[in-house]
Amino acid sequence: MFKSIKKWLLPLTLILVLAFTFAGCSTNSTPTATGPTSTAPTTTTPALSGSFKIIGSNTVTPLSAVWAENFMKANKEVSIAISGPGSGVGIASLIDGTTDVCQSSRLITSKEIDQAKAKGVNPYEIQVASDALSVVVNPSNPVSELTIAQLSAIYTNKITNWKEVGGNDAAIVVMARDTNSGTHVFFKEHVVQMAGLPTVDKTLEYGNKVLMLPSTEEGVSQVASNPNAIFYAGLGYLNDTVKAIAVKKTANDPAVKPSVATALDGTYPISRPLLYYTNGAPTGVIKAYIDYCLSAVGQQEVLASGFVPLKK
Amino acid sequence: MLQQNVAPTAAEVSNRGLKRRLRLGERFIEGWIFLAGLLAIVVLLGIIFILLKEGLPIFTHTPPWEFLFGTKWYPVSDPPTFGIAPFFVSTLMITLISTVVAVPIGVACAAYLSEVAPPKVNDIVKPIIEILAGIPSVMMGFIGLALLSPFVQSLFHLNTGLCGLTAAIMLSLMSLPIIVSVSEDAMHAVPREFKEASYALGATKWETIWHVCIPSALSGIAAAVMLGVGRAIGETMTVLMVAGGALAVPASPTDPMTTMTSAIASGIGNAVRGGLQYQALFAVGLILFILTLAVNIIAERVLERQKRKFAR
Repeated sequence: MFKSIKKWLLPLTLILVLAFTFAGCSTNSTPTATGPTSTAPTTTTPALSGSFKIIGSNTVTPLSAVWAENFMKANKEVSIAISGPGSGVGIASLIDGTTDVCQSSRLITSKEIDQAKAKGVNPYEIQVASDALSVVVNPSNPVSELTIAQLSAIYTNKITNWKEVGGNDAAIVVMARDTNSGTHVFFKEHVVQMAGLPTVDKTLEYGNKVLMLPSTEEGVSQVASNPNAIFYAGLGYLNDTVKAIAVKKTANDPAVKPSVATALDGTYPISRPLLYYTNGAPTGVIKAYIDYCLSAVGQQEVLASGFVPLKK
Repeated sequence: MLQQNVAPTAAEVSNRGLKRRLRLGERFIEGWIFLAGLLAIVVLLGIIFILLKEGLPIFTHTPPWEFLFGTKWYPVSDPPTFGIAPFFVSTLMITLISTVVAVPIGVACAAYLSEVAPPKVNDIVKPIIEILAGIPSVMMGFIGLALLSPFVQSLFHLNTGLCGLTAAIMLSLMSLPIIVSVSEDAMHAVPREFKEASYALGATKWETIWHVCIPSALSGIAAAVMLGVGRAIGETMTVLMVAGGALAVPASPTDPMTTMTSAIASGIGNAVRGGLQYQALFAVGLILFILTLAVNIIAERVLERQKRKFAR
């Protein structure tokens, strides 16, 4: 059985590879005329064609996917490939020249800009939406509001039991994203190290008992099934299976639930920009795509995906 | 083909031509096979070279001693710290547990299939075990997340089921097919005379298996165990998904942990080529490589000693 599988493996792989290659060819190279661009709500220049890649943030991926799908529907000759391994991956890819557009849920660091400049890459920043970074717990957890200082203590393993913040007598299962994630870095700077607060401490790091998960989806589903877990996720990942914590900037400030409204009026303390980075100002098809993202129609999709549109 | 082409010309001339052509063909094929053999060595040397070239420079930033025994891994902080002791301990712990779980079950299963099971049962069970070997590791990760981790959590009253033990159990399932398959072959190869002599002396089936079959097949079983260990050390996806990903040095198997493989997988994406994190992860790969090399060398020694013992 083992041997017979081995015997068939090579031909089978070859056939599959060939099949996929030809399938790819047939869809890419059919010389059809430009699509029905007149019906498209967004295209201003007809006969757009080309393909480009967007790599980066796991948080931005659902939003980029919707945009790209609509854009490709309107411009049949354009193909956009999106992957969301994490903002850090996207920025590294932009620096190494392996992606056209980088999607990011954090600002590029000055160190990364230096690295890019050294390789002849000129990162160009475009904010495409905003996000309220939500802290989520299981719906059965009685805790519903926390201060940033408390969150920092939880994520540095100084507070390890829910009763210390007014909850049940149970150990806190602290979950975060891995270092590939822009959310990991943003949360570290703005919550763990409390940037912008009087108590800011740049030496603080995630505690070593924090679980670093490879994807946001996994964290949300863990919180949904574990009554003592805590995790953070973009506003777009919130659903009925988890409860969002109302965050207080300091103990004296009001507790604010994450939502589009509270992020827009600036009352939610941990909101952040969602960004696209290109090498130099975008041109051609990429410019057309980003123009669509920033248009009124594109910004409506932001709202539909659960993120916060740009202020007009 | 050759003969048909040559046939019309005079017999002697054709014969000489044929010989020359055969010699040429022979030489060509010999060269081809030599090149093929060389390729494996070239690839291996290339891998070692790249690991050394990309990995060694990190030791100018972090001394080897601190790198190996440091317990803090903060690759995206400023300044970054690289200490891989937590990963090293986690890898050893998970590999050890998965081997301890898989070997007795695997060898017992092999003994059953080789010595006890009727041919009909054999025909059903063996293919099923071999299908188990073909399940992609990401699916084993899903199974671990959805089924095993809640079970482990409730069984041991843990805060979370994402821990080293869950990963080790999944890994033992994944190495089981290799262990069963290879050690079954080894037991099957034990000469019939050995078993018949044992039965003639009045030994029971169990005594024959325990005192004759297993000792005679021990070199094969040892090879099977080493293959299983190799699989457990190198497995990445399943471990990344279910082991939890905490950065502390694990004190017990039920702690969440990060192995060397999952540290590489979750960090390499956002490492800029040539940067410190990139070098550090290549150094982790180098250590992983040395570890598997050591396992193989030890296995070789054990097998050698075993063979000599039997040759006596």
